[in-house]
Amino acid sequence: MAIIATEELGKDYHLGPHTVHALRGVSVSIEPGEFVAVMGPSGSGKSTFMNLLGCLDRPSAGRYWLDGQDVARLSRDQLATVRNAKIGFVFQMFNLLPRTSALENVELPLLYGGISSRERRQRGRARLQAVGLADREHHHPSQLSGGQQQRVAIARALVNDPAVILADEPTGNLDTRTSVEILALLQRLNRQGLTIVLVTHEPDIANYASRRLVFRDGRLRTDDHAEPLDAVEALKSLPEEDEAVA
Amino acid sequence: MLLQALRIALRSLKVNKLRTALTMLGIMIGVAAVIAMVSVGAGAQARVAEQIQSLGSNLIIVLSGSSNAAGVRLGQGSQTTITEDDASAIAREVPLVQVAAPSSRGNAQVVYGNLNWSTGIQGVTADYFEARDWPVEVGRPVLQEDVDGATKVALLGQTTALNLFGDADPIGQIIRIKKVPFTVVGLLSRKGQSSWGQDQDDVILIPLSTAKKKVLGVSQANARSVGSISIKIRPDEDMAEAETQIRALLRQRHRLQPYQDDDFWLRNLSEVLQTQEESSKVMTYLLAAIASVSLLVGGIGIMNIMLVSVTERTREIGLRMAVGARSRDILTQFLVEAVTLSLIGGVIGIALGIGGSNAISALAEWRTVLAPSAIVLAFGFAAAIGIFFGFYPARKASRLDPIEALRYE
Ligand SMILES: Nc1ncnc2c1ncn2[C@@H]1O[C@H](COP(=O)(O)OP(=O)(O)O)[C@@H](O)[C@H]1O
Ligand SMILES: [Mg+2]
Repeated sequence: MAIIATEELGKDYHLGPHTVHALRGVSVSIEPGEFVAVMGPSGSGKSTFMNLLGCLDRPSAGRYWLDGQDVARLSRDQLATVRNAKIGFVFQMFNLLPRTSALENVELPLLYGGISSRERRQRGRARLQAVGLADREHHHPSQLSGGQQQRVAIARALVNDPAVILADEPTGNLDTRTSVEILALLQRLNRQGLTIVLVTHEPDIANYASRRLVFRDGRLRTDDHAEPLDAVEALKSLPEEDEAVA
Repeated sequence: MLLQALRIALRSLKVNKLRTALTMLGIMIGVAAVIAMVSVGAGAQARVAEQIQSLGSNLIIVLSGSSNAAGVRLGQGSQTTITEDDASAIAREVPLVQVAAPSSRGNAQVVYGNLNWSTGIQGVTADYFEARDWPVEVGRPVLQEDVDGATKVALLGQTTALNLFGDADPIGQIIRIKKVPFTVVGLLSRKGQSSWGQDQDDVILIPLSTAKKKVLGVSQANARSVGSISIKIRPDEDMAEAETQIRALLRQRHRLQPYQDDDFWLRNLSEVLQTQEESSKVMTYLLAAIASVSLLVGGIGIMNIMLVSVTERTREIGLRMAVGARSRDILTQFLVEAVTLSLIGGVIGIALGIGGSNAISALAEWRTVLAPSAIVLAFGFAAAIGIFFGFYPARKASRLDPIEALRYE
């Protein structure tokens, strides 16, 4: 069964007398364990599509099943509960809480899932370890590099054992080497069975995904599968010096 | 969840220490002002209430002597115009009257052993104690037989007893008033200062008849004349009506023509004090109201800072929503933050208010009364302000659109 299934998904924005058709009937199905890159020029509807997939917004038309559940007509608070249980977000700007330790940042989604503080701590530590930052749990975001901050954000996205990770330009603020490191991490998680949908406008980044969805004018134009590059291999050919810049 | 919200609130308050302190200052000053002002008002009220208590309730006093045309009263007893018969007539003919007790007063030197003390001597009848709400603490009051038989018995006020006997038991002892020996039969309970500042416990009560014969002397004009009549009106009766009836009766008995002034002086003191009590209550409310304004201003300060905080933390709110916070989680978080601000400010304000109230009573020598109810009220008021002024910013936060909030720069 598909983790994500949309049927003629549409989204209109009303700006005074004008209506912007941001998304015009997108039907797509994503199976468990896929690593999907969403591409397209600016204004083509990528973010709108991701916001709908992430249950941050409701579609104007069409249907959407997330992990078998019809979520297109849920209320605001029901959507919040779905996000909490099924979705992990990774943002371009990391969006970590300032003056808050890495561990507490990772625990944040569990806070709204009514998980006991002991279990929160335990799961938070495990995810930090999974992204290789076990020794940074008490660091605040300002004491971490960009790549480390994005790893904390990925740990936070993982902490709820979500059905899918949605990442909107996760490498947009990182240098090349750090970007590939983050992709290596995502590929590793994907190989362990995690479903990932990633938005990017860089073809270099999209090459690490196994499937590419290309949007144009709110429509899905291309949907093709390709053998992905291996980020770990790619790292070997990248110059070491970049490490210092990160 | 609430505990969690409290922890988040405390953290965010800690991040901006100076701002938090300044915001709390408004509530602190407001709460302190309410507590200090109410304690001043309550102090004034307590003073008046005490005076009413010491005066005796529902008391009307008739003094002999006239208030002449110019409104200047000649000294008390300068004309002995009222009599024991007036007192019995008032008790008999005015139904509103519970009891009317005639008495006469003078000063005399009192000797016990080698101690002597100059004090007020009050000749009274058995009704006097009821009329003045003045119970006997030890021993017995003046009885009808004492008045009939002009016995030489005396009751001491607390001040007099202290000056003549110290801590010793005065009952049964012999004292000399103007060289006449009297047996002390009772000790009066403490009455305290009168509203005009006189020590009412510096007194000796003896039977009226004995007083006239042996101590104060008898008026040549009328052997039945007395200095004053203390009249107790029945509970819940109209004091003004009683006053009118008593005045009419006395004028009739004294055969005064309509154009003539009263040849007696009639005072309803409890009415005066009740008016004072009313006005001190009004003053308390007024002070509390003025102080509340500063509390209100403090609340507006909280709202202001919370609105700034919501704007500053828009991205944080968006993130919390994205990872699963429902509207009410966000609402709770910001509401708890506002209430925490106001409650911490409130607690410090209570301490300041108590200190301020003590300072006022020490420096200005005003009586202040710290009512626990006022403290609880001020604290509750601070909490209510936090909820009231925190609600709008919190609701604003909870209604943010997660997508826009996440994108907010
Ligand atoms: N909140 C909004 N209100 C109005 N129009 C919007 C809004 N969000 C997006 N749009 C419009 O919808 C279209 C698609 O936008 P978006 O999904 O952000 O594209 P992309 O992420 O591919 O750059 C654009 O024309 C954009 O201007
Ligand atoms: Mg976009």
